[in-house]
Amino acid sequence: MPRPTPETQHFWSGTRNGQLLIQRCNACGEPYFPPRPFCPACSSHDVTVEQMSGRGTLYSYLINHTGHPGITGPYSIAVVQLDEGIRMMSNIVNCEQTPEALVIDMPVEVVFEAFTDTITLPFFQPIGAAS
Amino acid sequence: MSGPTLAVVGAAETTQMGVITDTSELQLHADAAFNALADAGLTIKDIDGLATAGERPTDVAHYLGITPRWVDGTSVGGCSFMIHVRHAAAAIAAGLCTTVLITHAESGKSRVGTAPQSFTSAMSGQFERPFGVTGPPTMFGLPVLRHMKDTGLTHEQLANVAVVQREWAGMNPRATFRDPITVDDVLSSRMIAYPFHLLECCLVTDGGGALIVTSADRAKDFPTKPVYVLGHGEGVETPMVSQMENFSSSKAFRIAGADAFASAEITTDDVDHLMVYDAFAHLPLYGLEDLGFCERGEAGDFVWERNTAPGGSLPMNTNGGGLSYMHSGMYGMYAMQESVRQMRGTAPAQVNGAEVSVSLGVGGMFGAAGCVVFSNIAP
Repeated sequence: MPRPTPETQHFWSGTRNGQLLIQRCNACGEPYFPPRPFCPACSSHDVTVEQMSGRGTLYSYLINHTGHPGITGPYSIAVVQLDEGIRMMSNIVNCEQTPEALVIDMPVEVVFEAFTDTITLPFFQPIGAAS
Repeated sequence: MSGPTLAVVGAAETTQMGVITDTSELQLHADAAFNALADAGLTIKDIDGLATAGERPTDVAHYLGITPRWVDGTSVGGCSFMIHVRHAAAAIAAGLCTTVLITHAESGKSRVGTAPQSFTSAMSGQFERPFGVTGPPTMFGLPVLRHMKDTGLTHEQLANVAVVQREWAGMNPRATFRDPITVDDVLSSRMIAYPFHLLECCLVTDGGGALIVTSADRAKDFPTKPVYVLGHGEGVETPMVSQMENFSSSKAFRIAGADAFASAEITTDDVDHLMVYDAFAHLPLYGLEDLGFCERGEAGDFVWERNTAPGGSLPMNTNGGGLSYMHSGMYGMYAMQESVRQMRGTAPAQVNGAEVSVSLGVGGMFGAAGCVVFSNIAP
């Protein structure tokens, strides 16, 4: 499980509340990830936290066949490109974990799953998939 | 840079490679170091600079019984040793030391007395690790399906990288795997992390290597044929593969490669022999494109057309590579050992007449890169 740090606290508070919160630079206008209190493109410390739409596309992935404690069978490790522009690692859920079902560039939407009292992970599912 | 300032005057690998259950990681460092010293006709007391990665320079120096005046512990993954060569060149030129020993060793398979190791960083621990990342096979291949969709690279072309390197390994008595394989063999081997099959992933073995470098004007005083360092480059991009800027190209490769070629005052046309760190089968393809040997998306065809195979125009990974020769964890040292052998004319699969060899290393999962240009032509 991730251990939040001071500069990432907003992200993990957001997922607990069912929100995908990403920072945007007010000086150059660009969103960025992972969190830090300044813009990696222009160093401006004038940044805000914004709620994302939660929609994006499947940018790339692999399917791990070597196993993981607590996960049954092969599972995808994916990179999702959010509609707002940033990319983040996640898992594609509510979807067969096969190359045929996991189609590059398919639209996906965020779905939150609580693991502990403090940590909720943002996963993604094909848009319209039954969760 | 006004002509080469640095030369390799000692180079050796550990006496054994493969599965070595009776030797600690520090012992492997020492074995490689003493083999390189013997190669150079030096003793450990002649060394006044030390660079290493994985283990700290303090540990290796004390174990070897020396107190160097200069150390470099740059540890950014398997390309660290290319970066050590570059840093040693600057240090020797600045007069900080005269004779630098660069060691790598890893008890990668047997895990005897290994240094603590982590594949994750602070941010990766929060934003990658929770999604089922367990080690390099679950991270390094992540950009490839995007690259395939954008460039048309095929599964067969990816598999063929391993096939061609096995041809080279077949000519190398020290290679772990030497039997010929086919594209079908690769594609029917066990799936590790789709799209990567077992034979598209590097070995995990034990071993090490060491280089001794000094100023180029001393190079002719040593017993072996001098190998000059014409140029070098280094770069770092990201500790998180998911945050690569471009999934079809490594920024660290591009920066390290461009600086190495510019400082050596060479172009791709001048390169007779190439080593590209191949932890997984896609890396040589990214390397060929990012160094400028191929246009974007053309490396799969380039290898398929046997340009990098025995008899081809650009012999690449002629020791068999991490896929077939050996891979103890930070393979960059072995790439440079093969470059040095090729420049000395002593490689098992010698490229006749080769005068310029380039070694490109990767660190982490596309996190860092180091590139060194070697030549056997005196300045």
